[in-house]
Amino acid sequence: MSERAKSMLNHRLFWPVAVLVVMLVANTVYRPGFLSIEVNNGHLYGTPIDILRLSAPLILVALGMTLVISTGGIDLSVGSTCAISGAIACLYISRAPDQNNLVTVFTALAMALGVALALGAWNGVLVSVIGIQPIIATLILMVAGRGLAQLVTEGQIITINSGPFRAIGLGHFLTLPLAIFIALGAALLIAGLTRRTALGMIVESVGGNREASRLAGIRSARIVFLVYVVSAACAAIAGFMMTANVSSADGNNTGLWVELDAILAVVIGGTSLAGGRFYLSGTILGALIIQTLTTTVYAMNISPQTALLFKAVVVIAVCLIQAPAFRAKFSRRGRGTPPPPTPSPQRQKEEVPA
Amino acid sequence: MRNMRMSLAPRRAVAALAAVLLAGSVAACGNSDTGGGGDSGNDKIVLGFSQVGAESGWRTANTNSIKEAAAEAGFELKFDDAQQKQENQIKAIRNYIQQKVDVIAFSPVVESGWDTVLKEAKDAGIPVILTDRAVDSADKSLYKTFLGSDFVKEGRLSGEWLVEEKKAATGDVNIVELQGTTGSAPANDRKQGFAEAIAADPKLKVIASQSGDFTRAGGKQVMEQFLKAHPKIDVLFAHNDDMGLGALEAITAAGKVPGKDITIITIDAVKDGMQALADGKFNFIAECSPLLGPQLMELAKKVHAGEEVAPRIETEETTFTQEQAKEALPNRKY
Repeated sequence: MSERAKSMLNHRLFWPVAVLVVMLVANTVYRPGFLSIEVNNGHLYGTPIDILRLSAPLILVALGMTLVISTGGIDLSVGSTCAISGAIACLYISRAPDQNNLVTVFTALAMALGVALALGAWNGVLVSVIGIQPIIATLILMVAGRGLAQLVTEGQIITINSGPFRAIGLGHFLTLPLAIFIALGAALLIAGLTRRTALGMIVESVGGNREASRLAGIRSARIVFLVYVVSAACAAIAGFMMTANVSSADGNNTGLWVELDAILAVVIGGTSLAGGRFYLSGTILGALIIQTLTTTVYAMNISPQTALLFKAVVVIAVCLIQAPAFRAKFSRRGRGTPPPPTPSPQRQKEEVPA
Repeated sequence: MRNMRMSLAPRRAVAALAAVLLAGSVAACGNSDTGGGGDSGNDKIVLGFSQVGAESGWRTANTNSIKEAAAEAGFELKFDDAQQKQENQIKAIRNYIQQKVDVIAFSPVVESGWDTVLKEAKDAGIPVILTDRAVDSADKSLYKTFLGSDFVKEGRLSGEWLVEEKKAATGDVNIVELQGTTGSAPANDRKQGFAEAIAADPKLKVIASQSGDFTRAGGKQVMEQFLKAHPKIDVLFAHNDDMGLGALEAITAAGKVPGKDITIITIDAVKDGMQALADGKFNFIAECSPLLGPQLMELAKKVHAGEEVAPRIETEETTFTQEQAKEALPNRKY
């Protein structure tokens, strides 16, 4: 194998990309029209566009989750935050005399975002100041937040009829869904802030060793606090998209289990749950894989009873194939070549995703 | 210094957790209005009711119906919201036994695990009525009766209407189905009832069937793919209104007219669904009524008087066409 091919094979994004391509090819074989895109009402229309639009909220949530996980934490409350922010925005708009008024919609968004930031700050304080383990600290809001969302909606589904709000989920810009641009914008912003400045390295350093980072002069607690706030903000915008997509806020179901999908997307993207490294592009790819998988189930009409098993098998395959340790073992057996040098524990912490 | 942090942090963490839990339990107390003291001495029938929770508009309407009907019938109602937890429900039922209420009614959160507490009620001589959801106890003497919807019948009524509607159609009629949450009783039973009814006409074919999880977002996402995978869809059968409402958006985005290009049948008849039916976007709804309060009070009176009642009683339900929806809409309670 040439050196070039080898380095491509070893690139951490090679296997996730390969899985995505395999899924798209399988779908196209099953139904040749799967990848076709046509123009409908001046907008691009087709399954690939659906996948991009539907994965936008997951991408947002997963981006925030990536930062949290890179500090060695985890945020289980993002689904509830989606539900709360969507519910508050819809409630405010539904009470307004003119639901199409831009000022009304922006006020609603600002209020909901404000509450989400406060929730993120609550998580941040619990983890960074009080020192509760992240999984427990955010579990509080995961459970209580669902109740809060139902309190806001009074257990009902709030249906609204607001053009500007709907646009967040279904509007178009340059023939493409607006949601794609919002997710892309958030990704570029986060990437710019973390990779064009030292912030990303500081976050990774806190994730690698919080105490050492603190002794080195980094305000570790402040960084940890910040990532939970960013995560909540991402979840809030994702919540707007989810509710706008169906023009209704459902306190029970909006963003239900999205935290698990987001963690999965982060892991597929190659970020270690132990913290210390993060890969934003990998996370985005992970989110696309998860959405493509869901769409595949519907497009191939796999029966709902087997769909969960099907998804689980694909996810396990992706995670295994992603793990350098597994691949090393696999290739050793396959070719009978001597085992590669065992990676040092430190390196493993960086690369082994699951 | 590090040691100091270590020793301080957990104590503070515990305090914070305790504060959160305390706040939670106070809120929980606020939610349940179990009324004041026990038997007031007069001959009012005291009914202890334990509700599943407040997880949907349907459930809220169900709760309101029971509260209103109890007030109207002159019952003393002790109401408890179990917040979707079986342990809360068992606690509530034990409370009712201790308070020596006359009749206990509840909507079980889950099907299994009720034998012990139901036996306690039986030993105390308090009759139990199940509402809306059943339990799987082998010993049928543990409760007097079950009052609820027949999901199979709802599916069958939908199918029968479709058979009648498409009688004149020539060629295959392609149906897509949006199922409820996989494995749930309403999803299984509605699918079964519908399949039985449309078997009467071989040209009615279900070409695709997927779970939309009873949600709007789920219904929409599945319908988007159905529309791309199957160029000719004539009928959509959704197991509840919400999935149908989500599918409406997908159908419109695909450049088709819901209710005309695609005939839409749903189940439930919640307000938004009835509105869609009245607007001509849906074609038919089989009702799944949460308004079982008056029937429950009748039953409670009977079992309290020691009269025999049927082991299974169906909620009074109907079906709606577009014309009927327009008439009924102003008077709908949920």
